[in-house]
Amino acid sequence: MTLSTTIHSDATRQQADAWRRQTSLRRFYTALGVALLLVAMGATMWFADEANAGHFFDRLPHILDFLSWLIPKDWNDVWRALFDIASPNDKGTQEFNFPLGRVYIWGGFYIPEYFELMLTTVNVALVSTFIGFVFAVPFSFIAARNLTPSPILRLIVKRFMELLRAFPEIVIAGLFAAIVSIGPVAAIIAIGLHSIGALGKLFYEINENIDMRPEEGLRAVGANWFERVRFADLPQVLPNFMSYTLLRIEINVRISTIMGAVGGGGIGEELKLAISRGFGAKTLALVLLLFITIFLVDQFSAWLRRKLVGEQAFLMSA
Amino acid sequence: MAAMTADELSAIEHRHPQIFRRPAYKRFWPLLLIAGTALYLAYALWFFSLPQVLRESHWERLPLFLSQWISYDLQPEFRLDQPEITPKYPRFSALGENPDPDWVIKNPDGTYTVQIDGSAKSVTFDKTRATITANGETVPISLTGGKPVVTGPVPDWVTVHDDEIVAKMGFVGEVRVTVDRVKVRKRFLGWANFVFDTRSPFFGKPAGEVISLIVSGPELRPGTSNLALAADNIWNNAQWQHGDVWTKLLQTIVMAFLGTLLGGIVAFPLAFFAARNITPSGVLSQVLKRFFDFMRSVDMLIWALFFTRAFGPGPLAGSAAIFFTEIGTLGKTYSEALENIDDKPREGVLSTGANGILVQRYGVLPEVVPVFISQTLYQWESNTRGATIIGAVGAGGIGLKLWEAMRTNSNWANVFYMVLLTLLVVFIFDNISNFLRRRLSRTLHDYNRLQAERG
Repeated sequence: MTLSTTIHSDATRQQADAWRRQTSLRRFYTALGVALLLVAMGATMWFADEANAGHFFDRLPHILDFLSWLIPKDWNDVWRALFDIASPNDKGTQEFNFPLGRVYIWGGFYIPEYFELMLTTVNVALVSTFIGFVFAVPFSFIAARNLTPSPILRLIVKRFMELLRAFPEIVIAGLFAAIVSIGPVAAIIAIGLHSIGALGKLFYEINENIDMRPEEGLRAVGANWFERVRFADLPQVLPNFMSYTLLRIEINVRISTIMGAVGGGGIGEELKLAISRGFGAKTLALVLLLFITIFLVDQFSAWLRRKLVGEQAFLMSA
Repeated sequence: MAAMTADELSAIEHRHPQIFRRPAYKRFWPLLLIAGTALYLAYALWFFSLPQVLRESHWERLPLFLSQWISYDLQPEFRLDQPEITPKYPRFSALGENPDPDWVIKNPDGTYTVQIDGSAKSVTFDKTRATITANGETVPISLTGGKPVVTGPVPDWVTVHDDEIVAKMGFVGEVRVTVDRVKVRKRFLGWANFVFDTRSPFFGKPAGEVISLIVSGPELRPGTSNLALAADNIWNNAQWQHGDVWTKLLQTIVMAFLGTLLGGIVAFPLAFFAARNITPSGVLSQVLKRFFDFMRSVDMLIWALFFTRAFGPGPLAGSAAIFFTEIGTLGKTYSEALENIDDKPREGVLSTGANGILVQRYGVLPEVVPVFISQTLYQWESNTRGATIIGAVGAGGIGLKLWEAMRTNSNWANVFYMVLLTLLVVFIFDNISNFLRRRLSRTLHDYNRLQAERG
């Protein structure tokens, strides 16, 4: 594919030269960018390896040894661990003491420990998302350029939400753990505060993109700020708000699991114990439960979002 | 407002049946949703036994902790049962080894005066009596009767216990008096010894003197230049651990960068095989998509715990955890972007007889690369935040350090220091990522505009 065969005049030749110069320059920049990225990757890999307790190539041959504890001697122990059924392998250690954690509800009817813990984690995520939603909605109306009642208030609310978003959750959790005692309530406060910031930002960006004609119509008939927001803005944005809130639930389930591992209650703590002590059956049961829960929450949320805002829900997350 | 007649009202109703005669479920679903949410919240209230937790919580600690973020205190203690009264400072106090602060005054008559806030809030004492002054009031205390007794009226900022009298002076501190000791807590705004700790030869020197020492002073430690010594002292400051904190911070940044980049590199080719419109086999597409779902749903925490066990705690484990999660997340978003492309460029390249790889390179890639990069940057940004949290389970970075500093409940100034650094990092990386994405979206926008102009 040579261009020279088709070039007839000076003008086209000049154009072709300019084009070639431009492409080669762009190729050079691309190559430079990729090279820089590769150098950065190599350097960071070396740094991460140096700073780690065990080194990559030392540990690599032992990865399979490490995974071998995961495979339980008796596969039925996974189900027993999941449903708190006594195991014949129980020798009084913590590895197979499955029935101990039962939460009795009514007579002999119990909820297995892991289901109860999973429920805690999911509840933490739901309640904190609710907190986030309740505060983010009014904040988002104040922070939206086109709807704000006062520019100064808008700036304050925006900065406040930025702070909430960037503040590390574990610090809030740690602070409140010292106040309301360690456990799920501290996790709720931490994730809830973060959700206010995260949802608030997404919400006010939606608010800034609404069709302003209904708002002008209401303004013309003398509606006050609350009425304008309620009847002109809210109907337009509510489906998108809901969609983002559902997305937030997905994220919050994951965060609340991690919070659990650092003392926030729920399944994270148990998982951390099981993995660090090498309890294969317990680990598999917990991973299975967590995996299924997160998968179900994701699928349900995706389905609901598709119903609410159609395929748009998936383009927006980009 | 002009009144409407009933006829006009019903005419409007008839004109817009879709608004006024909606099916019952559509009219009531908001109510149902609200009722459901209220029910759920009542259940959550019971589930977390919230009333009890709130009753047992210590909200009075909140302002105390928050004030500790930006202040420090000194707690001299004066034993009265020794032959001579001498101030004792706790070991490792911010004053160093030979403290002689100007707010502890030995009077000519043998009494001691400790100024907690100038002379307006102070305590003066000897072995037989103490006088506490604050808020314009003077409270004399007798120490001779076997227990401390306030002679005269007791103001409300003084609490008399059985064997101890506590005078709270607000933010600046407090005084605790028993018959055999006087304990003072004086609070200062700011961070103590932020640059040099008490072991450093530069400790306690004003900034000008430190600079002149570094520039032209005699070597404080023979064989090392003063600049190197100062840098070493700052880096290894025992109280603030600047060196450790900054290294851990760098680890957090590295974890997010490396994990996201590697995830992108692995997800990139896989996404082509997962995209329905590009993949040679529908089964492969399904398998890969379920694989992406799997990597995502086995959560970053589980990966972090596994890799911490496999590689030992550190940033390698954290990077690997982010890497594995990102294969799933980026694989999913990449393949979705590929499924949404415009097919015409691809058909065009295909019609020239180009082979498979060339078709992807010239027919597909130009369209999706900006989207890919934008999504990768977005993930990078959110992983920078996430890396702080998974650090707390041992996966390296500043998370663990933060968590440990918080668990002691006394090191809140250090926590705040690390929080500020984390906020700074998040802020910088947000802005870099936003800037790059805005540049990209401009290219995307230009591309769309050109397409539109061509028709």
